Amino acid sequence: MTWLAPWLPIAALAIAWEAFARSGAVTPFMLPALSVVAERIGADAASGELWSNLGATLYRSFAGFFIAAAAGIPLGVLVARNRFARWLLDPVISAGFPMPKIAFLPIITLWLGFHDVSKITMVVLDAIFPVVTAAIAATAAIERELLWSARNFGASERDLLREVVLPAASPQIFTGLQVALPIALIVDIVAEMKMGGVGLGGAMITASRFADSPGVFAGIVEIALAGYVLVRLMALLRRRMLLWHPEALAPATV
Amino acid sequence: MRLHLVSPDVLPSLSSVLEAWWKLALDAELWRSAGASLYRGAAGLALAVVAGGALGIAMAWWRPVNALASPLVEALYPMPKSALIPVTVLWLGFGDGSKILLIFLGCMLPVTLGAFNGARSSDQALVWSARSMGASRLAVLRDVVLPSALPELLNGIRTAIALSFILLVSSELIVARSGLGYLIGFLGEGGVYDAMFAVVLTVAFLGFFADRLYLLLYNRVLRWRE
Repeated sequence: MTWLAPWLPIAALAIAWEAFARSGAVTPFMLPALSVVAERIGADAASGELWSNLGATLYRSFAGFFIAAAAGIPLGVLVARNRFARWLLDPVISAGFPMPKIAFLPIITLWLGFHDVSKITMVVLDAIFPVVTAAIAATAAIERELLWSARNFGASERDLLREVVLPAASPQIFTGLQVALPIALIVDIVAEMKMGGVGLGGAMITASRFADSPGVFAGIVEIALAGYVLVRLMALLRRRMLLWHPEALAPATV
Repeated sequence: MRLHLVSPDVLPSLSSVLEAWWKLALDAELWRSAGASLYRGAAGLALAVVAGGALGIAMAWWRPVNALASPLVEALYPMPKSALIPVTVLWLGFGDGSKILLIFLGCMLPVTLGAFNGARSSDQALVWSARSMGASRLAVLRDVVLPSALPELLNGIRTAIALSFILLVSSELIVARSGLGYLIGFLGEGGVYDAMFAVVLTVAFLGFFADRLYLLLYNRVLRWRE
């Protein structure tokens, strides 16, 4: 029964929501009952609307996330290992990271239009920073002795990269990816809210415009669930992929 | 830019952006928007720091609070808070209230986690020796736990500041009638692209500047550490 314990407060929250919404203290418009919201989600799932929205949102989030990962990891390793790249890119990264990139949304829309390309570009723009900074920190933290002994055994730069640098850096790089994936989801949803169109965020903002409050709350629950599943999947993937690493032996905290 | 490789609408030249910025600044429109945005951000962030910090330390200090709150924190932490934009509008309308609530909700948990991790990791030996020297529980909390929680708490607040800008701009872009995010959307829809670029760069600079300022403060506050 101990595995049930963490779920109790969440169940309590759900019951409190239902009770509070039914008590009449707030109008159903302000807070529809959880059962009404669940019914709405069920109806959306049955009509297929939920799946097309979810699919569109996940497609764009993942497309942006994979581009950010594919570009960000090599970039980070390069910046950490190459003096010229560091000189060139370090200021860009340290200035760009704390900037609210979402402010560039109207500019990206202006350049690339209202469709998938501009949303994916926004996702890449936001998700790439945690990946790059994690890759830089991970590569810079590799023990020199490892690199020296590999060189001593006659490893070429390529072997060094593949056999030493990337494996040694992978736990921290993975942490960067774990930060980047929820960001990718959020940015895509905000972009949908601003630009409209198919997707969980787009559906939610439409519901909000039509004062359809069960629709809005259904959107929140759907997005929360999607975010939760993604975070859990990444934690699972981490444990599987880093099985060879001593870290995997430690009790999982995520 | 000056070579007309691209249309000036798509990428206005830097000089015209600066000129537009200057015009906006003289017009006081920029200051009114920035004031509205900064008020919302500061109010939401202040609430988040107070409530989030208190919750995090309470979770580290009292076991029942932790048992009750940590599953909720864990479940709600990965939830994208921007999803709440339509709901806060439903509850509090188009004005300041909905933005402050959104920033408060979005920024609270990083502060809570920072305070919790920091307070939990405070040296148990220090706590015991303070207790054995006759310090009350409250005094231990104030003089031992709080100072040792400070570095992580301040890191949590740094994350919260970055988040507050993101939430502020996205909520103002989507639904608002004032503020920098609103101004960006308004200028963009009106086709005044040089001014739109000027406001976008202002927001980006403000976010960067706030982070740098915070880092200065952070290093000052933590000067007592080795």
